[in-house]
Amino acid sequence: MNVAPNNQIPNSQGLVKGMHEQEVEIAPGTLFDAEEMVINMGPQHPSTHGVLRVILKLDGETVRDLDCDIGYLHRGVEKIAEHDTYAMITPYWDRLDYVAAVSNDLCYVGGVEKLLGVEVPRRAEYLRVILTELQRIASHLLWLGTHAIDIGAVTVLLYAFREREEILKIFEDFIGARLTAHAFRIGGLWWDAYPEFDKRVRDFLKILPGRIDEYETLLNANRIWLSRTVGIGILPADEAINLSLTGPVLRGSGVNYDLRKAQPYSAYPEFDFEIPLGENGDTYDRYLVRMAEIRQSIRIIEQALDGLPEGPVMAKVPKVIKPPVGEVYFSIEAPKGEIGVYLVSDGTTKPYRMRIRPPAFINLQSLRRLSIGHLVADVVALIGTIDIVLGEVDR
Amino acid sequence: MMIDECGTERQSVLRSSIINSQFINHQFNMLGILTTLMFVAPEWVRRWTKEPRGNAFWAEFVLWPLIQILLVLFIVLTIVAYLVYLERKVSAFIQARLGPMRVGPWGLLQPAADGLKLLLKEDIIPLKADKAVFQIAPIISVVSALVVLAVIPWGAAWATIANINIGLLFVLAVSSVGVLGLVLAGWSSNSKYSLLGALRSSAQMVSYEIGMGLSIIGALMFARTLSMSGIIDAQQADGVWYVFFQPIGFLVYMVSALGETNRAPFDLPEAESELVAGYHTEYSGFRWALFFMAEYTGMIVTSAIAVTLFLGGWQFPGLNLITNKTVFAFVSIGVFAAKILVLIYLYMWFRWTWPRYRYDQLMDLGWKWMIPAGLANIVLTGIWYVLALPKSQGGLWGFMALKGDRLVPTKWGIAYFVATGFAVTIPIIWIVLASINRRSRDFNLHAQRQLQIKLRAERLQRHSEPAGESAS
Repeated sequence: MNVAPNNQIPNSQGLVKGMHEQEVEIAPGTLFDAEEMVINMGPQHPSTHGVLRVILKLDGETVRDLDCDIGYLHRGVEKIAEHDTYAMITPYWDRLDYVAAVSNDLCYVGGVEKLLGVEVPRRAEYLRVILTELQRIASHLLWLGTHAIDIGAVTVLLYAFREREEILKIFEDFIGARLTAHAFRIGGLWWDAYPEFDKRVRDFLKILPGRIDEYETLLNANRIWLSRTVGIGILPADEAINLSLTGPVLRGSGVNYDLRKAQPYSAYPEFDFEIPLGENGDTYDRYLVRMAEIRQSIRIIEQALDGLPEGPVMAKVPKVIKPPVGEVYFSIEAPKGEIGVYLVSDGTTKPYRMRIRPPAFINLQSLRRLSIGHLVADVVALIGTIDIVLGEVDR
Repeated sequence: MMIDECGTERQSVLRSSIINSQFINHQFNMLGILTTLMFVAPEWVRRWTKEPRGNAFWAEFVLWPLIQILLVLFIVLTIVAYLVYLERKVSAFIQARLGPMRVGPWGLLQPAADGLKLLLKEDIIPLKADKAVFQIAPIISVVSALVVLAVIPWGAAWATIANINIGLLFVLAVSSVGVLGLVLAGWSSNSKYSLLGALRSSAQMVSYEIGMGLSIIGALMFARTLSMSGIIDAQQADGVWYVFFQPIGFLVYMVSALGETNRAPFDLPEAESELVAGYHTEYSGFRWALFFMAEYTGMIVTSAIAVTLFLGGWQFPGLNLITNKTVFAFVSIGVFAAKILVLIYLYMWFRWTWPRYRYDQLMDLGWKWMIPAGLANIVLTGIWYVLALPKSQGGLWGFMALKGDRLVPTKWGIAYFVATGFAVTIPIIWIVLASINRRSRDFNLHAQRQLQIKLRAERLQRHSEPAGESAS
C-alpha cells in the first residue's frame, strides 16, 4: 500500500514524547488562537476500552500526534509471581486478559508443564483445545460488539453478547466461573467434562454460524460501515512485522503467522483448519479476519468433539511442584496475539522470575503509527481494531 | 471564595447562602415579570390595534390561545416523555431484549420516574463555565423547538394554534435558532469535548438546513402557498399526496431532517464513543432534560412538516365520509398523529440499525449529495411543471386545468407527475450524483474498496507531511 513510510511521520518536536514521558504543552493563547489542540481521551472515556489514556494533538479534527499513557491498571503480576508457588500463580493469569482468561491459563500452565517435562493426557489436551477455542470465539464476539459500538452500530453489541452468554454458561457449568475462569491446572484439568458438555457445545455450534451471518448482514456490505473501516489505519506487512505485532492485527496485513500452525502446541497439529489472512491491512480486513477466525474455531471445536479420546484428564504431577533449575519460554496463540511466558526456575517451589509477553501491550504501540493523519472518530475505531484489554497492557 | 490545597475554589457557607437567596429572589422576580407581561401585553396589543375593550377580544386573543398553547404543550411534552419510552422499547425489540419492564406494567411509568429523577437531580454548573450562557442555552434550544408547535396543523378546523400564511417559513426560521442553543452550550461549558460537539453540531445543522430548505421547494411549487393548512388543502384539491409527485424531495427531506435533528446515523454532535456526550457533556439534571426534550420535540416537528408537505397532513382516503364536524376534527388529529408516529418509528429504526458517519463523510453527504439532489429536484420539477401547464398558458401537454382560481392536475396530469417523479427523476439524479461523486458510480464492492483504499492512502499521505509544510 502506498502510505507514508515511517520517516515521513512528523516527529513530535519535543511536544509529546514516548510512553510515560509525555510533556504536552498547549501553545500560548486561548483555545482558539492555538492551531493545535491537545485533548485528553481517557482514562475515563467510553471508548478507550478500559483505562487507557490517549493524549491527542489535533489540528481541527485531524490527529497530528498521539501518545498513549498506560499503567492505570498496573498490579505488578510479574513481581507477585516471584512470591507465589507455581500453582498459586495461575489465577493471576486469568486477570491479565480478562475477556480471554482460558487462553491465558493455557499459556502459563503450558509453560510450567514444559519446565517440568510433564506429558499431559490426550483427553485433557482435547478439552483444553475446545475450551480455548470457545474462549477465542467469546473474545472475538466481545471485540466485535465493542468495535461496532465504537463506530456507532449499537445493536451488534447486544447480538454478540447474546452468543457470548451461551459460551459463558458452558464455562460456568464446566469450570465454575464465567469470566476469570481458572480453567486449567498444571498437568491437565481439575475436572472432567460434565455429561451434557458435548451436547451443549454442539447445540451452540449449530446456531452460531447463522448468528455470524446475522452480524455480517448488519455490517459487511453496509455503506456506512465500509466508509468507516475501509482504508482506515492501513498497515503494510513489513511495518506490521517491524512493530512485532501478532494475532489478527498482523494477519490482517497478510502475514501468515499463527502459532497454532507455526509452532504447534497442545493438540492443534491433529486438527484441520485454515489461517484467514487479510489483503490490505486496513480496519475492514482485520474485521474480516476475526470473523473468519470465529468460523475456523467452530471447525476446530467440531473436530475436537468428534475425536475426543477417553482417559484421564490429569497427569501425574507431584503435589509440591518443584521444577528443575532452568528456564523456558512458552507461547500460544491467544485471541489477541502471541501470549508468552518466560519462566526461570531456581529449583525452589517459586519461580525466580516470570516474564509475560503480552500481545495487547505490544500491539498497542502501533496505535500512533495507525492514527496519525486520520480523524478523531478514526482513533476510536483504531483502538477498537487493535483489540486491547488494559488488564493485559498494564499487567 | 477560598482556595483549598487542591486548588479548587470553595464558597464559604455564608457567601453561598447569600448567593442562594439572591438566586431565589431573582427567580421570583423573573416569574413576576413574566406574569406581568402575560397580562399586560394583550392590553398593549388591544390599544395598538384599537380593538374595542370587551370580552370578545380577551376570549379571541388571550384566553383561547392560552388554552390551546397549554393543551398542545401538555400533550406534546407527555408524548415526548413517552417517545423516550417508545425508543427504549423499539431499541429493545430490535436488540432482542425487553426494555423497561419494572416501573409499572411493561414499564409504562418509566417516563414519570425518569422525569421525577431528573427534576430532583442536582443542577451542576461547572466552576469555570460562563454561568449565564450556560443556564440559558438549554432554554433557547427547547423554546425554539416548542415554538414551532404553534403553526403545525394538528388536525382539521380548530386544531391549529396559529394558522399564519407564512407557516413554513416560520418553522424554518425558528427551528434554525435551535442550533444557537447547542453552540452556546458547547461554548459556555468550557470543556473541550463540549466545544468539539458544538462545533460539529453547528456545522452539521447549518449545512443540512440548506438541503432541507431546498427539498421542500418542489412540493411548494405544487402547493403554491406557504401556509401549513393551505398545503394540506392543496393536496386535497390535487387529489394526491405530494410524496408521489416528489419522491426525491421526500427522500432528501427525510435525510436532511435526520441530520437536522442530530439523530443517528448523523448523531455526531453527541457521538458517545468519541465525544463522551458532545455539547451536553457538562449538563445534568433538568437542564440536560431540556436538551433531550428539544431533540425529541425536534423529531416531532420535522416529522410533522414531512407529513404536512408530503403525506397529505391529516387527510386519509375515506375520511370525508365522516359528517359530524367534531368527530371529524378528532379523527383528523388521530390520523396526523399516526402518520407522525410512523415517521418517528423510522427514525428509531435507523438509529438502532446503522453505524455512525464520520464528520467529513457527513459533510460529504450533505454538500455533495443532498444539496445537489435538492437543486436538481427543483430544476426538474420546474421543467415538468411548465410542460404540463394548460396549453393556453404555454404548456406543451396541457395536463393541468384551471379549477376555480388554482391550477389542478387532471387525471392524466397526476399519472404524468407520478411517472416523472419516480421513473424519470430517480435515474437522472442518479447520473448527476454519480458524476459529482465518483465513488457512487461504482457499486461493485471489491472495486469500491480498492478505490476507497487508494483515496484514503492519498489523503493520509497529504496529512502526514511534516507539520511545518502543511501549515502553509
